[in-house]
Amino acid sequence: MNDKNGWNPYLAGALSGFVSIGSVFFVGKYLGASTSFVKTTGMIEQMFSADRVSKMPYFMKEIPAIDWQWMFVLGIAIGAFIAARMSGDFKMQVLPDMWVEKFGKDKQRRAIIAFVGGIIAMFGVRLADGCPSGHGLSGGLQLSASSYIALVCFFIGGLISANYLYRKGGVKK
Amino acid sequence: MTMLFYGLLTGIFFGFFLQKGRVLRYDKQIGALRLLDMTIVKFMLSHIVVAMIGVYFLYDMGLVKLSLKPLILGGVILGGLLFGIGWGLLGYCPGTSLGAIGEGRIDAVWGILGMLVGAGIYAEAFPYMQKTVLTWGNYGKITIPQLLGINHWLIIIPFVILVLMLFRYFERKGL
Repeated sequence: MNDKNGWNPYLAGALSGFVSIGSVFFVGKYLGASTSFVKTTGMIEQMFSADRVSKMPYFMKEIPAIDWQWMFVLGIAIGAFIAARMSGDFKMQVLPDMWVEKFGKDKQRRAIIAFVGGIIAMFGVRLADGCPSGHGLSGGLQLSASSYIALVCFFIGGLISANYLYRKGGVKK
Repeated sequence: MTMLFYGLLTGIFFGFFLQKGRVLRYDKQIGALRLLDMTIVKFMLSHIVVAMIGVYFLYDMGLVKLSLKPLILGGVILGGLLFGIGWGLLGYCPGTSLGAIGEGRIDAVWGILGMLVGAGIYAEAFPYMQKTVLTWGNYGKITIPQLLGINHWLIIIPFVILVLMLFRYFERKGL
């Protein structure tokens, strides 16, 4: 893992805090990411059955279209790409280092666990009405009561599943 | 159209700092959940502290509005725990999964596909959730200072002090 080219996380976090302030001040938008997944799914479903999508209450609430946040989420990928290329950090990597250390080069197991994890995570995040960006950062900075409860629950859930996955013994390489 | 441009620009800056802070990595996210490496917690709390002071300062000047998510205990607690469990398996959250791809971490693709499926399942379940979980303990859009009935700076100042103490603890322990 190339750790040399990164910045101190306090500095990077603080600078990203100014991005939040700027966005709220100039555009009135608080950062968030998970609604864009709903919109993308809605747009994909529309290709197959537009009628059905138009009658679904959740897609009436979160209209499937490209909006500010959708572009924001796309921008994250571009910004990360620029930063990674500039610092020579960009590396195609199919399996994370920590994963390989524990489970070896089992790509299929990683794919299944990541996919199932993604399903559970997104269902939960929509039920909670926000992700670590929308609740964690944006809600946190506003001192929103719901966001601190969500944040604590995010970490409790994560502590349970990550430590179960990486428990001693149990899993063979 | 202008809004779309602002969204893209904001995302580029945010993604840039996420990458520089090394928080887009599975090893850092799972590292935090295994209590081995607090990089993402340092990043998040630094963001929160800076933006909290800035946004509340602008709020006091009447220049910005707050945008709160309602406190519905059923949804926030159950959804939050479920998200956490999924997060611990996936190792990326919705925002960082896209950034991870920008960095070349291909395994995030499986997570993104899973999250799109999860969003579809939730859209199907939403009418049922609206009748059940999302009615449990609804306290509306409320902040911690409003809940306590005190001025927000009386929370912000102790919050900042606590965060700085936590940072000192992390550095001492080499987390």
